[in-house]
Amino acid sequence: MMDLSVYKVETRATWCPGCGDFAVLRGIQTALAALEINPKDVLVVSGIGCSSNLPGFLKSYGFHGIHGRAIPVATGAKLVNPDLNVIVAGGDGDGYGIGLNHWVHAMRRNFDITYIVMNNQIYGLTTGQASPTTEKGQRSKSTPAGVIELPINPISMALVTGSTFVARAFSGDADHLAKMVELGIKHKGFSLVDILSPCVTYNKHNTYQWFRERIYRLEDNGHNTKNLDDAIKKSYEWDAKIPIGVFYETERPTYEDEEPGLKRGPVISQPLGISEELGKELLKEFE
Amino acid sequence: MPKTEVVVRIAGAAGDGIASTGESFARVASRSGLHVFAYNSYQSVIRGGFVWLQVRAGDKKIYSQGDEPDFLIALNQDEANRHGPAMPSGSGIFYNGDKIKIDNSMIKKGVELYPLPIKDLTAKYGQNPVMQNTVALGALTKILKMNFDMVVSVIKDTFGDKNKAIVDANIGVAQAGYDYASSHWESIDFSPKYDYNSRRAVLTGNQAISLGAAAGGCKFYSAYPMTPATSILHWMAAHSEKCGIVVKQMEDEISVLNMTIGAGFAGARAMCGTSGGGFALMTEAVGLAAITETPVVIVTSQRGGPSTGLPTKTEQGDLFQVLGASQGDYPKIVIAPSTVEDCFYATAEAFNLAEKYQLPVILMSDLYLSEHMETVSNINFNVPIDRGLVAPPNGNNWQQFKRYAFTESGVSPRSLPGMEGMIHVAASDEHDETGALISDAVTNEETRVRIMDKRMRKMQYALKELPPPKLLGPQNADVTLVGWGSTYNVLRETADVLAKNGVTANHLQIRYIWPFHDEAVEKILSNAKRILDVEGNYSGQLAKLIRMETGIKIEHKLLKYDGEPFYPNQVVKKAMEVAKA
Repeated sequence: MMDLSVYKVETRATWCPGCGDFAVLRGIQTALAALEINPKDVLVVSGIGCSSNLPGFLKSYGFHGIHGRAIPVATGAKLVNPDLNVIVAGGDGDGYGIGLNHWVHAMRRNFDITYIVMNNQIYGLTTGQASPTTEKGQRSKSTPAGVIELPINPISMALVTGSTFVARAFSGDADHLAKMVELGIKHKGFSLVDILSPCVTYNKHNTYQWFRERIYRLEDNGHNTKNLDDAIKKSYEWDAKIPIGVFYETERPTYEDEEPGLKRGPVISQPLGISEELGKELLKEFE
Repeated sequence: MPKTEVVVRIAGAAGDGIASTGESFARVASRSGLHVFAYNSYQSVIRGGFVWLQVRAGDKKIYSQGDEPDFLIALNQDEANRHGPAMPSGSGIFYNGDKIKIDNSMIKKGVELYPLPIKDLTAKYGQNPVMQNTVALGALTKILKMNFDMVVSVIKDTFGDKNKAIVDANIGVAQAGYDYASSHWESIDFSPKYDYNSRRAVLTGNQAISLGAAAGGCKFYSAYPMTPATSILHWMAAHSEKCGIVVKQMEDEISVLNMTIGAGFAGARAMCGTSGGGFALMTEAVGLAAITETPVVIVTSQRGGPSTGLPTKTEQGDLFQVLGASQGDYPKIVIAPSTVEDCFYATAEAFNLAEKYQLPVILMSDLYLSEHMETVSNINFNVPIDRGLVAPPNGNNWQQFKRYAFTESGVSPRSLPGMEGMIHVAASDEHDETGALISDAVTNEETRVRIMDKRMRKMQYALKELPPPKLLGPQNADVTLVGWGSTYNVLRETADVLAKNGVTANHLQIRYIWPFHDEAVEKILSNAKRILDVEGNYSGQLAKLIRMETGIKIEHKLLKYDGEPFYPNQVVKKAMEVAKA
């Protein structure tokens, strides 16, 4: 266990007092400390939104990109330097809305990255519009008569799309959250940790209290994390009882393992350019 | 005087094997020591449609596909009907005499007919319909007095990996065509300097871009399939392992550029490629590369717009899309390579500029430049590589590494993830020297101005480094031809033709579109007698840029947006008018 202070910076998080994201920040720092990963070898990538400000609040390399596009940036970095520990952090609007396309494809490709979604079921930074995970019927500034469409179920989507590690955590259960992030980082392959992270300012429905009344831990319930069918069944539990913990984990070769361009190791360590000899060989194909 | 140059047009439907026959002829000509230029005019269908390819070969450097063909190879009746009547006197038509009917009423006087009894000639080899192309190729090489050994060597290299039966069948039918021509027709008076020991590479612009990227140290390439940039992806994917390049086809162009930025941020020389529609999707991320000061190279190969437009046709209509891409003011470099050879060197150069100035470099090609084939003699893989300012590991004396330190040149030493002591966050939000956001809790106006000025200063230094354009040809010419990108070749040929007609012409080629060499261009153009702007777009986009940057209004324009490239005759005719105006 490394000292937690290694991952701290002077910049203070700008989230609202009581925001669920504080627990997520601490959970990531705790997980990295437990795994004893040097901050220089960590790259945290985010998009835009309250939660996407996270890279600025911890000590590691960071890339705070544009809305919804964190995953492509992260996978680009991972593919040229697979030695990096790459974590993507962001919100439900960023990842399940504008960036959903990239998330789905990253899962089927099984890049070895960890995706942490601070899911508060609302657009916070834009002051409270419905997000892809806002529940049907909920009123928001953009849905004054209530949301008409069904919310996305990120857990079931991840399960059917090929994510090799799927877990859910809750900001009101900090130790469990840190453990889920730790398992996600440790997992070789794409891991999704969807974190129920209440927005105390704009989501008056999915509050800490609301979750506390419903949440239970899968591991306390004898859930088999190796069984996809069981995981899919559990992923549909929501209203009355909400499971947290590891839904599913499996092993599959990562994208990086099978990429032909990486056969000689990380490309960032390879010499640049090509030899005169190889150049001649390449040109010969066209003569 | 015997001809030293020949223009051959092969016409048929998509799926007839026109491109491969054209490429084979181009390679036979190249292996015979000739220079070659070939252009394929095709449609957005996989089978059917009207497709033709024109190859021009000769013993001097060839600058375009030429105008009227000397020979037509008609692969079906429709194409014989379409192209036959326009064939000039003195030319010839090869065709499948079993299937295609051409009578003297549909062709000009003096056009020679070369009907080939394909059925008989291919009888021994299974009569595959595509064999008619190879028969015609064999016959054509006889008429042109080429050495048949070159046909054999090209067929062997083309089908080498497949089975021997295919190689033998192709050589067999080519020989049959050659022999048939030999016993039935006279060779024409065509005597270029054949040299069977000289071989030039026959490359398209996209292949040259790919080779230039590999030479320049490209380690990551990403794309979504889009004509006419797709063949870069194909070359990269096929050579990924050999050249140590990670190649990734992505779900859309938004992810393509963001991923390329991720690769560039992590320290790889990273490139992506697309056409106008895909570039539109990349737009937001172009500014991301600029504000995070991440080096990336973006190739955009233009085709007819707007929207899906003319997917398989050439145009130079995206100049302002590229210049105006992304919100806000930000530094970028835009290069328009002009020839296949230049595609190679400009791409290698783009990586140096991207890393030296830590910004996006956009290479603008178009379908014509990306896809036409040309013999190139001067490809040197030993290109200079300059990685710019990378901070030495542990070389940081600051408490907090200043990734965006204010410097005179605007370029700050870069650290890469994994380096000790130089941890930082790159942000798309405006930030200070350390990368900390400045518009979050409170907007720091002074820092905003300083960091903006720092980034933009890079453009002043880049402009000083990039060589200004020079006037090609004689000073004080009757007419000054102005162009960018793929029109270089045809303008050069035009100047030569004009000289033979007693009109002097010089040529201003704008290679660095941005930053713009306003002083040099103004000086050149204010001394010009008459200026003719030649561009493949509707509105004269380069002329507008020149007016914007220099105040000079170009009166004479030759603008083309029908999807086809310029032909030398078109430009010569217009330039003669302007010269006499």
